[in-house]
Amino acid sequence: MKKIKIALVGQPNVGKSMLTNAIGDTTLHVGNFSGVTVEKKEITFKYKDYDICIVDLPGTYMLTNYSIEEKVTSDFLQNEKYDLILNVVDSTNLERNLQLTSELLNLEKKMLIALNMTDEAKKENIEINANYMSELLGVSAIQVSAVTKEGIDKLVYNIVKTYENSQKESKLVFSEAIEEEILNITTHLNDNKFKSELSYRRIAINLISEDKETYRMLLDEPIWITLQPILLESITHIKMHHDEEAMIDILADEFMAFNNGILTETVKMNNIDNSKLTRSQKIDNVLIHPFFGIPIFLFFMWGLFQLTFEIGSIPMDWIDGFFSWLGNSVGESITNNDIRSLVVDGLIAGVGAVVLFVPNIIILFVGIALLESTGYMSRVAYLLDGFFHKFGLHGQSFIPLVTGFGCSIPAYMSARILKNDNDRLLTLFIIGFMSCGARLPVYVLFVGAFFSPESSGNILFSIYISGAILGIVMAKILKMTAFKGESEPFVMEMPKYRLPSTVLIWHTVKSKTWMYLKKAGTFIAAASILIWFLSNYPHNNILSTEYVSKIGLAVSEDSKNVLSNELNQKLLEQSYLGKVGKFIEPVFEPLGMDWKMAVALQTGLAAKEVVVSTLGVLYSLGGDVDEENSSLKERLSEHIPFASAVAFIIIIMIYLPCLAATIVFSKEAGGLKYTLYLFLFTTFVAYTFAFLGYHIALFLS
Amino acid sequence: MGKTIIDCDINKSYLVKKLHTTGALRQRLISFGILKGTQIKYLASTKMNATYEIQVGKMIIALRKEEAVKIEVE
Repeated sequence: MKKIKIALVGQPNVGKSMLTNAIGDTTLHVGNFSGVTVEKKEITFKYKDYDICIVDLPGTYMLTNYSIEEKVTSDFLQNEKYDLILNVVDSTNLERNLQLTSELLNLEKKMLIALNMTDEAKKENIEINANYMSELLGVSAIQVSAVTKEGIDKLVYNIVKTYENSQKESKLVFSEAIEEEILNITTHLNDNKFKSELSYRRIAINLISEDKETYRMLLDEPIWITLQPILLESITHIKMHHDEEAMIDILADEFMAFNNGILTETVKMNNIDNSKLTRSQKIDNVLIHPFFGIPIFLFFMWGLFQLTFEIGSIPMDWIDGFFSWLGNSVGESITNNDIRSLVVDGLIAGVGAVVLFVPNIIILFVGIALLESTGYMSRVAYLLDGFFHKFGLHGQSFIPLVTGFGCSIPAYMSARILKNDNDRLLTLFIIGFMSCGARLPVYVLFVGAFFSPESSGNILFSIYISGAILGIVMAKILKMTAFKGESEPFVMEMPKYRLPSTVLIWHTVKSKTWMYLKKAGTFIAAASILIWFLSNYPHNNILSTEYVSKIGLAVSEDSKNVLSNELNQKLLEQSYLGKVGKFIEPVFEPLGMDWKMAVALQTGLAAKEVVVSTLGVLYSLGGDVDEENSSLKERLSEHIPFASAVAFIIIIMIYLPCLAATIVFSKEAGGLKYTLYLFLFTTFVAYTFAFLGYHIALFLS
Repeated sequence: MGKTIIDCDINKSYLVKKLHTTGALRQRLISFGILKGTQIKYLASTKMNATYEIQVGKMIIALRKEEAVKIEVE
């Protein structure tokens, strides 16, 4: 089996992910690019005698290093080993897309072009002569559509053909003035028999386009002394000839001229009626309306949270039922008391409490995936930048912030779209204020316990909104103090509206839900067992025997219950967990919290899902009294005063999201120092607001 | 400096005359095809003119007022 490694490159929004999905219903491997946490997707499939591996590189407009993602792409293309480049372009916007293609041609690799979105081009009456284009560019151009799967077979066939054939020489030519200077430089390299892996032409073009890597490479060479004056003269000539000050403008201009030449030869646009509004423009007239745009957006967000709560509760009942059935039936089959308690109260109860929230999380992830894939996300950035900018944030900060409502981990990662370090750090610091999906279980539990069912949707919504508002206010404060400095420019594409692809959404939601479940199965199961152990040991047999005999002597059922509750309480208090809780209790006393709540918050530093399972263990441990009708919710509302519950919710809203997210944060922020700042900052804010919340709630009730 | 994007009339086309910026922003604009001689159309702006929407070729691009004033048109 021979292997073909393909670098998949294209501008953003050309349907690269869709195309990989269309090519192979095959193994998808999601990992990271070395050194950075930009997501690296690889698919592998077999075709004829080949193992074909496609590496999906982050979308980039040009091979510049504007953002970290664009840097990943250009580094990969220039330094990694791969066999050929598959360049995906949007057939309906070739003028823009071919700009990147020209840069890729310069890399002098085997290459082919996928003219994607052929179906849309047909609808817009754009006729492309792909064969002639292939001839003019010197690389195969295949018309495909990832949506209708048209041309996919031909594309795969041509991938293999391109691989088997020897490399063709690039047909990219510059204007006479530049070609002349390229010749001067290559002649000089040739005269001196300069040894290099790159072709002389490519070295010349790189030098003219001021490519830093090439300069670095040549600086150490003796030839540099004689090359330098020639290069200097060449650049002066070109600049004079073009009447421009920057080389980047000149090259962009050259590429554009070359591409326009090709487009006039190969593309026919029929009946373009400029006066008619496109579908995207019609939608934009409503969605980014100066007055209604923002209210419409808020309405969508509100709807999403209502859906999460209302529809999510239906399968939740089934899951809940399943786990109590599982606990009971497994419990019956285990004779040893300790092991039964470990499995039923520790493991099943802990994991069950986490799995319970899968429906909510799926709905939330679907919502976010919809926002992203339809093109609405960038409209929202456009609408909100004016507002966000006032608080020192960037319109694009909106994207990591909204992702933060799903999970802080991808949110921290998506902050890479912000190029400016200050903007990125600032956004990273406040992502935690956007309540992530894992905190939802805690909110749902507490809102259910302390508010009426009718108002729960609204209460939940206001928890999310007030967290977000607090975050934005904190951003302003941080911007004025810790993160002073220039803001990143706001220039972004607003892609055409597209119907979301169910396949793509399915894949995203599936992998995210799976990640959540995996966390439940491993990390959280382990944490549940640990907490179960800490709350059960050391055993105090004297206490147990004493109470058991007291219970035996008691006359009425009521006093028996009182006694056994007293026993559970005392057993908990002298357990390891109880001791830790007692030790930190004074810190939480001003917030009206007892040691159980304090312990639950501590465990929440590991993961927010653990908070629920901890509460479950702490408040129902050994409590087979009234198991039937006394759910955790009811226990909480019995045992926790309202004001303390408010303080508890506030702390959950603000402090560190979870261990995994904190690790990602420190990677993204670029240092443990920032992690310490984040910990101090969030803890301080959380404590302050919880204190205020507690006293306001006390005063009101 | 002459007329910039913020002085444009809605739905009218203009030619880019000069980019009054260097470095990353210039690179960004060029990667979107905004350079001397390209035709752009001013489409809309948000409330308080915080952000602007322009059309370059078939692409719709959003930019902030700070950036818009750096693109001189005629």
